[in-house]
Amino acid sequence: MNATLDKTSFEPRLTAFVCNWCTYTGADLAGTSRLQMDANVRIVRLPCTGRIDPLFIVKAFERGADGVIVSGCHPADCHYTSGNYHARRRFAFFKELIEFLGLPEGRITFSWVSASEGQKWREVVNDATARVRALGPFSGYPGTELPAWPAAGAPAPNPAPGGGGER
Amino acid sequence: MRVGYYPGCSLHGTARELDESLRAVAPPLGLELVEVNDWSCCGATSAHATSHLLSVALPARNLALAEEQGHDQLLAPCAACYNRLASARHAVACDAALAETIEDVLGRPFPSTVAPRNLVEVLRARLDLLRERAVRPLTGLKVACYYGCLLVRPSEVCSFDDPEDPVSMEEVVTATGATPVAWRRRLDCCGGAFSVARTGSVVRLSRAILDDARSAGADAIAVACPMCHSNLDFRQKALVRRGEAELPVLYLSELVGLALGLDAETLGLGRHFVDTKALVERALASKPGPAAKPGPRPSAPAAAAKPASPAAAGTEAV
Amino acid sequence: MARIGVFVCHCGENIGRTVDCARVAGEIGKLPGVVHSVDYKYMCSDPGQALIKQAIAEKGLTGVVVSACSPHMHERTFRRAAGGAGLNPFLCEMANIREHCSWIHEDREAATDKAIDLARVIVEKVKRNVPLETIRIPVEKRALVIGGGIAGIQAALDLADGGAEVVLVEKEPSIGGHMSQLSETFPTLDCSQCILTPRMVEVYQHPRIRLMAYCEVDAVEGYIGNFKVTIRQKARSVDETKCNGCGACQKACVVKNVPSEFDERLGKRTAIYVPFPQAVPNIPVIDREHCAYFKGRARGMKKDACGKCKEACARGAIDFAQEDRFVTEKVGAIVVATGYELYSIGKDQPAAGLKGYGEYGYGTVPDVIDGLQFERLASASGPTAGKLLRPSDGKVPKKIVFLQCVGSRDPAKGIDYCSKVCCMYVAKHTMLYRHKVHDGEATVFYMDVRAAGKGYDEFTRRAVEEDGAVYVRGRVSRVYRDGDVVKVLGFDTLNGTPVEIDADMVVLATAMRPRKGIEKLAQTLSVSYDRHGFINEAHPKLRPVETNTAGVFVAGACQAPRDIPDSVAMASAAAAKVLGLFSNEMLEREPTVARVDAALCAGCFHCERVCPYGAVEHKEVRDRKGNLLKVVADVNPGVCQGCGTCQATCPSKSVELMGFTDEQIYAEVNALAL
Repeated sequence: MNATLDKTSFEPRLTAFVCNWCTYTGADLAGTSRLQMDANVRIVRLPCTGRIDPLFIVKAFERGADGVIVSGCHPADCHYTSGNYHARRRFAFFKELIEFLGLPEGRITFSWVSASEGQKWREVVNDATARVRALGPFSGYPGTELPAWPAAGAPAPNPAPGGGGER
Repeated sequence: MRVGYYPGCSLHGTARELDESLRAVAPPLGLELVEVNDWSCCGATSAHATSHLLSVALPARNLALAEEQGHDQLLAPCAACYNRLASARHAVACDAALAETIEDVLGRPFPSTVAPRNLVEVLRARLDLLRERAVRPLTGLKVACYYGCLLVRPSEVCSFDDPEDPVSMEEVVTATGATPVAWRRRLDCCGGAFSVARTGSVVRLSRAILDDARSAGADAIAVACPMCHSNLDFRQKALVRRGEAELPVLYLSELVGLALGLDAETLGLGRHFVDTKALVERALASKPGPAAKPGPRPSAPAAAAKPASPAAAGTEAV
Repeated sequence: MARIGVFVCHCGENIGRTVDCARVAGEIGKLPGVVHSVDYKYMCSDPGQALIKQAIAEKGLTGVVVSACSPHMHERTFRRAAGGAGLNPFLCEMANIREHCSWIHEDREAATDKAIDLARVIVEKVKRNVPLETIRIPVEKRALVIGGGIAGIQAALDLADGGAEVVLVEKEPSIGGHMSQLSETFPTLDCSQCILTPRMVEVYQHPRIRLMAYCEVDAVEGYIGNFKVTIRQKARSVDETKCNGCGACQKACVVKNVPSEFDERLGKRTAIYVPFPQAVPNIPVIDREHCAYFKGRARGMKKDACGKCKEACARGAIDFAQEDRFVTEKVGAIVVATGYELYSIGKDQPAAGLKGYGEYGYGTVPDVIDGLQFERLASASGPTAGKLLRPSDGKVPKKIVFLQCVGSRDPAKGIDYCSKVCCMYVAKHTMLYRHKVHDGEATVFYMDVRAAGKGYDEFTRRAVEEDGAVYVRGRVSRVYRDGDVVKVLGFDTLNGTPVEIDADMVVLATAMRPRKGIEKLAQTLSVSYDRHGFINEAHPKLRPVETNTAGVFVAGACQAPRDIPDSVAMASAAAAKVLGLFSNEMLEREPTVARVDAALCAGCFHCERVCPYGAVEHKEVRDRKGNLLKVVADVNPGVCQGCGTCQATCPSKSVELMGFTDEQIYAEVNALAL
């Protein structure tokens, strides 16, 4: 249960981008319920998952995070009606960029945690921490040389994630 | 479909007709039964009364063997075996420490990937094939489906049907062309393993079951458990009162076999204590019609089991 | 250069036990730009807040970080304190080192390290905060109440008596709800109709209440103080302005065998009907599914199949051609009071995860009924005119078995909560039964008797001691018909013996569930609901009638199982909250809204397409001569709710969410990397 069980083991650093209304409140509930969990996650509070720019995730890794959690309201339960749907769609596109960057998918955890799911937040935190701990420290983006530019006529890859095409 | 097959000791002994009938109906229903090599006792009736560890380790061993032999499901036609296998799997899933102990005891990994299946569950999964190939529908035969206590309970272990108001056996019986009757003792205990130790109790319990099935107008009782079969069939001479007719007790697989047009001998129907000849003749006399029409399926027993006459009204609630 | 003050709270022992607050204050004090960093036992106390004010004054702070509990708990407190000392309140932020740290970790070192990280992140954010002004918006002083049961009636009357205009929407043809179906009420055995109907009439006659029965809320836009509600007026096929409720149409109706919803299908009604004699409004409605005229139309008949009601109506009020109409109402607050329905006992279940009790014979054995059906049998206005007769053959039942907790407290059936009212109404049923059938025997199967409430336990004792109800602790495994009797097989867990009872009738006390369709309404209102569909209150103890959407309140059994006194109390509380809201001329809203930099905006309007509120408008940019240069996006701060989806979507990053700008968030992310 505790982060520092073994001093020699690697303790990852995880950044969590969560929405204010569901997951942040759910994490509050986990606290109020005194649910013990790994101490590796640092929460950055945002109003809504819809506010989360995929570049936040890229930046977190660039600045030394070993893992990232993104969590918000369940579908159909968004405080702002539809922000989480936009986020979901955005991250579906973002997954392609993740592969391009060579990030193992296990380092990024997407989940829905509602304001009443303190228990689930603990599971998300502990599972993500265990997964990233097993993957070891993140040491920069490997294989960053660009793939061959597609032949003329083929659609060019869109390097700007989350840039448009929302609907 | 290839399915691991765990006959358990009773299918090699008192319940040979279950083994025979099941092996006979498997090919037409598209099942390939592969007996698990080196299987051992599941520990039913004795192990869980004496040692919790043993009662989990024995079924776990058989599940582990099935897993090693490449199965992902294991058919245990005996309800007690099924219950033990499912209970062991449940116990291990709920208790990480126990899971470790079990691996130590077995001396082999136990990832618990194999799902135990019971007779009813496996037959119900093949209703479409059964309807298609039922060349001798058992039209007019009224059957009391007897689940007994082990097949659907406890609900968190045997979750394939409603623990208090199951329907799957009735669905299979309906697919054979027979009519399931509505009766109320279908989940009661027959006395089970007290057959020898407290025969009096078994007689009392089993008699109530028999009486209820009879008063519901059943021509036969369908079972899916060797122990129930033993108590209701082998002991029936002690259950019936003077002048009462005996009621044949058939394994569900035997009924299915009859509907599929298999002969009585292949299905082991000659091994019963209560004579099944009249019933078999009746089935043979039924028109070997075209395979059952793909009509609307009368799946819910409530729909299929409307009281046939006002006289049977006393039994409409199940 | 930023001058940040950091205040680390011990919260008594709550934080101090696991987090070394002095070390947090010390480490954070070393950060560039932090000019003041202290720890204190209780920051939210008066002396604690005084520390902040003093430091702002003495050290000229440009930003304040309070490392304490969740901002949901005390952000407002500390922002007010900062504002009181002359600092813009939005330059004050909180780091959550209690809920997100000290309460969830045991290791002091790891927790302290994490607390330092969390505080540092917020320090870096606050350095980039800018002063913001709260947004002031006008309040529409009208309220919408959804649901015309006792909770909705009470809320509407309290609001209207308090001076507010009220729109009361009820989806059934009459208000009254479940309470109008009850015969008597616990713990006083008051006649339910006698105490309810005067209130219903009061609603009807109140000058400030607009009663909209047979209507449903279709869409809701806007926000606290300024909701725009679209209401569907379902076609009654009767002109409300002409009908005087004489009842001639019902007498003339040829369809007389429709199962009555009000009588829980134990009685019959006509196709044109008012649900019950005391209905408010007393205007009939045509049930088009059963009406001969409409059935004829559906079959494509050219000639009218029937028209008896139209012929009978002296005022020409019958209007077969009427259609659903939509009405828009502007309101400042909404009270949700949609009530409950009973858990369905049989195999067919309305939601995944729910299971029924097939073994209880409900629906196949006519003498197995539920609690509401018993109310109708016992009610003077019911199908038996108050005589207790069993449905199958109309005989007086000499033996009734009552089963408590059918569905409730049974996780295997998908409902793990207690329905709260059943223990009480079952006790009431045994008493009503005994009062009507003096030699009747009532047996109750129960798990526990939960009679917490004023006069409640005395009431259940009275059922046993004065009216002779026999309580058997245990469950029932099977209920079936055996000839003339209903057999009940159960188990007495106190005696350890099986029980077999030949009953004449069985009454099942089924669980309370929220109304069907509540999820859709909740989504329309943007309020959250639990996994059963009950509306979530904003705080289970301190904000019981508010929801997480400002301006939307909740009352009665749509929030959790409630009895009448609870529902009424909640309704009055919700009304008081709404009236409190309406006492303001203007509302203040957090300025967390998006702003567009017109110089950067290219006018692609992706933001407009993703905005859930339609807050993005088009603005023309012209040069001095008035030539149109470009059309850019512009956010209406009164409509924007601050989700920030526009900013994450904007390709040129020309729209920024105040309080959560890219600069601030990247600063937070970077601060974690140190």
